Amino acid sequence: MARAITTQKKVMWTALAWAFGLAIFFPILWTFLTSFKTEATAIADPPVWFLFDWTTENYTAVQERSNYPKALMNSIIIAVGSTLLGILIAVPAAWAMAFVPGRRTKDVLLWMLSTKMLPAVGVLYPLVLLAKWLGVMDSRILLVVVLMLINLPIIVWMLYTYFREIPGEILEAARMDGASLSSEILYVLTPMAVPGIASTILLNIILAWNEAFWTILLTTVNAAPLTAFIASFSAPEGLFYAKLSAASMLAIAPILVMGWFSQKQLVRGLTFGAVK
Amino acid sequence: MATAHSKSAARIMIAPAVFVLLVWMLIPLLMTLYFSFADYRPLRGTFDAWIGFDNYVRFLTSSSFMSALITTLWMVAGILSITIIGGVLLALLLDQPMYGQGFVRILVIAPFFVMPTVSALVWKNMFFNVDNGLFSYLFKGLGFQPYDFLSQSPLLSIIVIVAWQWLPFATLILLTAVQSLDSEQLEAAEMDGAPALSRFRFIILPHLSRAITVVILIQTIFLLSIFAEIFVTTNGAFGTRTLTYLVYQRVLESQNVGLGSAGGIIAVILANVIAIFLMRIVGKNLDN
Repeated sequence: MARAITTQKKVMWTALAWAFGLAIFFPILWTFLTSFKTEATAIADPPVWFLFDWTTENYTAVQERSNYPKALMNSIIIAVGSTLLGILIAVPAAWAMAFVPGRRTKDVLLWMLSTKMLPAVGVLYPLVLLAKWLGVMDSRILLVVVLMLINLPIIVWMLYTYFREIPGEILEAARMDGASLSSEILYVLTPMAVPGIASTILLNIILAWNEAFWTILLTTVNAAPLTAFIASFSAPEGLFYAKLSAASMLAIAPILVMGWFSQKQLVRGLTFGAVK
Repeated sequence: MATAHSKSAARIMIAPAVFVLLVWMLIPLLMTLYFSFADYRPLRGTFDAWIGFDNYVRFLTSSSFMSALITTLWMVAGILSITIIGGVLLALLLDQPMYGQGFVRILVIAPFFVMPTVSALVWKNMFFNVDNGLFSYLFKGLGFQPYDFLSQSPLLSIIVIVAWQWLPFATLILLTAVQSLDSEQLEAAEMDGAPALSRFRFIILPHLSRAITVVILIQTIFLLSIFAEIFVTTNGAFGTRTLTYLVYQRVLESQNVGLGSAGGIIAVILANVIAIFLMRIVGKNLDN
C-alpha cells in the first residue's frame, strides 16, 4: 500500500511541476510557434495553436534584412572575443591566487567583485567621451574591451573557485618527482583545470551575448549586435509579430542550448561561491 | 611551499587583471565625479569646471529624482517579492519526487537565457498588446474588457517581464540550497508529527535564509541597473523612469552632463550600500 501512495503522490507532483514548468516556458514556446506562422495567422482571433500551415518564410525574411547577418556576426565576435580576452587575463590571476595565496588575496578578490557592482550609468558619459576621443565609438573592439571588463570579476572568481578545488598534494607529488614549474603547470595542472575553464567560458559567452546596456548605448550601425538589432523592432511598421518571433528565436536559440548545459555553473558563477 | 620567488611570480600573474580593473574603475569614475561638480552641457557649449554642489542639490531636490527613486524601489521590491516567493515554492516543488525532473528544470531555467530586449518585446507585443496580445484574447474570451497593460499599469508590466527573467535564477539557487538540506532532520520531524507548514517554517526556511539573502542582494544589484526592458517598452514614460533611466536621460538625451553625473554618483553610492552587505557574506564564505 505504501508503494501505491508513493506512486500516486509522484504522479501528482509530476503534474503540478510540469504545469508550472510549461507556464514559465510558455512565452518562449509561443514565440517559437508564432515564428512559423504567417503575419495574418500570428494575430488570428482566437489564437491558433499548432494547426496552421507552418512556414519558414519569416526566417528567410529576417535573414534577408540587410543588417541581420552583420548583427549575428557582431554578437559572436563580441561575446566570444570578450570572453577569450577575459580568460587570457584571468587565468594567470586566478591561478596565482588559488595556488600562491598571500595575505591580501582575499581583499583583492573582494575588491575585484566590488568593481562588478559599479552601476553602469555611473560611468556612462566618460565612456562615451573616451570612446569618441579614441575614435572607437560603434566599433567591435570597444564592445569586446568593455564587456571583458564588466565580466572579468566573474571570470576571475569562477576560475578561482575551480582552481582551489585542485588538490595541492598532486603538485607536491609532481615536485618530488622532479617536475619543473613549467612542466608542473603544463602537464599536471592544465588537464585538471580544463573543465573549469570550459564552463567559465560557456557562462561568460552567455552573459556577454545577452548584455543589453553597453551593447545598445555604445553602438549605432557598425558594431550593433543582436541585442540592438532586436531593440530596433520596438518601433514596428505594419504586421511584424511573426518576423519579430523569428528574429527572437534566431537570437536566443544558440544561447538557450548553451544555457541548458551550464545550469550548474550558473549557480557557482553568479553567487561567487556563496551558495553551494 | 610558497617561496619568495613564487610569490613575486604570483604578483606578476595577478598584475594585469588588477591593472585593467583599476583603470576601468578609476578613470571613468573620477571623470564622472569631476563632471558632477561642473556645469557641463555640450550641446550648448557650456563648460564651467566648478559650480560646487549645485548639481547634487538640483538633482536631489528635483521632483523627477523623488519619483525615480520611488519607481526604482517599487520595481525592485515587486520583482524581488515575486522571484523570492515564487522561487522558494518552485524550488520545493522541483525537489519532490517526480517523472522528468531534468526536463522540468530545463523549462523553468530557460527564461534566464533570453536576452532582455527579446523578452521585453515579446511580452510587450505578443502578450500585453491591447489589440493583438494573448492576454487581450484571454480577457475577451472570459467576457472582460481587454486591458491595455503597458499604458494602464506600465510599472506592473515591466515588473512582470523582469520577474519572468529572474525567477529561474532565484529558483535554481534556492533549489541548490534545498537539495543540501539534511533529509534525516526532515524525516525525524515528520515522524514526530510536525505538520508540513511547521516543517517549512522551522526547518526549511531557516536553512534557506542564507541563500535567500544572497539571491536578494545579487538580484538587487542587477535590478538597480535595469535598462533594456524600459528602453524598448515605455522608454521611461508613464512612471517607469527609474534612477538608472533618469541618469541615462540626463546624460545622453538632454545632454546635461553635470546634472546627470551627479545622479550617476548618487546611484553609485546607493549601489555600494547594498554591495557592502553582499561582500560581507561572500567574504565570510571565503574563509571556510
